[in-house]
Amino acid sequence: MRPHDLQPEAFAAYPPEAKALAVTHLDAIRQLPLTFVPSLLRQIMDYDYCFPVERSMVEGELAVLNSLSAAQRDEWFGPFSAISTSDPLANFDWVNLPAQFVEQQAAYLWSTHQLDAFRKAALDYGNLLAKMRHPEPLKIQRLGIAVVGQGVDDYQAPLFRNLRKHGTLFTQVNPARGLDTLLSAVEQRARTNPAAYAHWYVDGGTLSIQNPGITCVSYESLTPLRLSLLKKMQAQIAQPGMGPEELRTLLARMTPADLGIENSTDPVLSRFQIRLFTEASGTQIYSTTFAQWTAREVLRRAQALTLLVRFAPRQRQRPMNELLSSKQGDPQLDPTGSLIDADMGAYYHWIDQQRLTGAEQAAFIAWFEGHGNAVAIGPSIPRGVESNTPIDMSKLLSLVST
Amino acid sequence: MNSLLPRETALRVSCSRRDFLRQAAGLALGGAVFQASPFIRAESGKNRKVVVVTFGGGARDQETFSPEGQENIPRMLNELAPQSSFFTHVTNEGILGHYVATASLATGVYETLNNFAAVAPEHPTVFEYFRKDLRRPSSDAWVVAPSNGFNRIGESDVRGFGSGMGARVILPKRLLGVASNGGSEAFDHLLHDNYESPLYTPVLAGGEVELQQLETILKLSVDDFVSHARTLSSPDELSLYIAKRLMREESPSLLWITMHDIDVAHSGAYSLYIDGIRRTDRLCGELWKAIETEPEYAGKTTMFVLPDFGRDSDLDSGGNGFQHHRTGDAASRTTWMMVLGAGVRHGVVYNGPVQSIDLVPTIGNMLGFSPSQSQGKLIRDLA
Repeated sequence: MRPHDLQPEAFAAYPPEAKALAVTHLDAIRQLPLTFVPSLLRQIMDYDYCFPVERSMVEGELAVLNSLSAAQRDEWFGPFSAISTSDPLANFDWVNLPAQFVEQQAAYLWSTHQLDAFRKAALDYGNLLAKMRHPEPLKIQRLGIAVVGQGVDDYQAPLFRNLRKHGTLFTQVNPARGLDTLLSAVEQRARTNPAAYAHWYVDGGTLSIQNPGITCVSYESLTPLRLSLLKKMQAQIAQPGMGPEELRTLLARMTPADLGIENSTDPVLSRFQIRLFTEASGTQIYSTTFAQWTAREVLRRAQALTLLVRFAPRQRQRPMNELLSSKQGDPQLDPTGSLIDADMGAYYHWIDQQRLTGAEQAAFIAWFEGHGNAVAIGPSIPRGVESNTPIDMSKLLSLVST
Repeated sequence: MNSLLPRETALRVSCSRRDFLRQAAGLALGGAVFQASPFIRAESGKNRKVVVVTFGGGARDQETFSPEGQENIPRMLNELAPQSSFFTHVTNEGILGHYVATASLATGVYETLNNFAAVAPEHPTVFEYFRKDLRRPSSDAWVVAPSNGFNRIGESDVRGFGSGMGARVILPKRLLGVASNGGSEAFDHLLHDNYESPLYTPVLAGGEVELQQLETILKLSVDDFVSHARTLSSPDELSLYIAKRLMREESPSLLWITMHDIDVAHSGAYSLYIDGIRRTDRLCGELWKAIETEPEYAGKTTMFVLPDFGRDSDLDSGGNGFQHHRTGDAASRTTWMMVLGAGVRHGVVYNGPVQSIDLVPTIGNMLGFSPSQSQGKLIRDLA
């Protein structure tokens, strides 16, 4: 089937709001090339479980597609149309399995040396779309906080080498009540600017606070979900014919019900949490990877206004089969390795934040927990310099704020 | 949507690496300076040996030869670079999966086979050209491979080449698994398989052949092998141990060693990725030392060290930085190659672009065979 053959009945298996959205914009979708449509349907299919910002992004994209003239459509989608596809791909059930189609399409693009062309087409499309969007100014400055190094008493190698050129390295931060101060700042922002999924606290260990105004996710609280998933993965690996692609497809299809989360009070968050484990590598075994990837997804999908990520020590490297087994012993921890992981994770946190609107005004703090080193980045913070002036965490927060 | 890094990024990356190397290791700029090689003499093809090491799987500039990466590669930088010809701009235009990329390196053609299947390369390998053209026995071409998925890397199915015409492949982890007779708990740390897809390991039948390799070729008793394995800390250390035994007992003229520890990066733990690079750096230094001290190799061996490809850029929104090699961006496609030993100029940096598939014709030129189906080009700076 090709996009121009699409009928409303094709979306019968979609969740209700996604189905309505697809049918409403069916005329526009029909005009688009097969190399592009499944990517769009993948977003539409998830609409019922999207964060508010994601919903408005999908709606905005469809509105733009509806508004394009024939000439504009040719300009926007000509590069996609020029990319060939295979008969098996065209015959694939790309309406109901768009994510799997995209995965198979990626393999096809690699093998036919069309990946670069597809990347360029995608980038150009994204740029054209961005020009048509006029995001509203943020109500408050975006703030990112990364707390690294939990459990490390002494570390002599330089930290925050990637971040310090973008801000000021403070070497005399008073660590007393530092974490409490940072968490209080997140709570304060959530209280004064309440919005669904706008303020997040992610912990690679155990949550230090619970606050209804803040979306809280932790590695420890998701342990039952993680173990359930690992158990299912182990069972599937043992099945004849199971390869990486098949397993990935299976993981992508998993729902909260598959993992025993029948009656979630927050189905959007439940889906998000499952995907942290089913769509990523390493989150299932290392808490540092979990914290970094969660930060990435919180910013990419929910576009959080506030995100505090606290890294915790991960387990030591062990044989992969042992790491993937759902047997829980008392794993040895690797605090120093985790600090190095988290240092890079903090850098990625900042990069991901800078991709969002309001980047030029955004603030960021990365702090070596319990110690005096922190990097502060903000519109009025000098870059690439070091400050040896004693300072407390409240003052640091006020420095990065506009 | 993915962001796209401009093509110029690859060149810029290479240039910064060249400048760094020139400053740090006192290397000279090649290409324009050396148009011919009147002072370079190597053994004739008949006596010459070539060792290829893939510095893998997948390492970026910024953790290796760029200024911020130097601390991770002290052996290569301080000991090997001054006596090597260094190519700063090596691109891989093929599929960035480890098996398929290694197969491409070995055939000189960008292969399109299934990265996760135990299938043979679709074109003749360097080992087949070498053995067929030079009438060499199977003992003269060996591959030491990290993963069970690499067990078909030694030869293609191509008519006129293929079965029995390629390299013998030794899988050290497989060997250890068989030697320890299932009691592998003590060696689990050496038996990591494919980090790219850790859930999948092709099942290989048999075991008798491996044990035969151990005793008749490597001249190792099972007890000695198992006992030594207990002292090692990673799969690549095991590979190096086996490679050194092969050099001593078989002295192959064409030896290919595929390192893989670095690919632990797929787990997302940056510290483990860095540990892998530092270990691989150390192992490359140890291998070169073995080459220099082993009578069959000293003075007549050329060693190539190159990553099979890079990893994704920190800044490409389609990826997740060092963790994977999925975007096809410049950082993931652009890497380097170090060549040292017989017939190679010391301390010279070449900034001209070469492709990873150029390796096969270049080896062919050194050893005296003709890789007829390779699509790569001879690297003239090594001719």
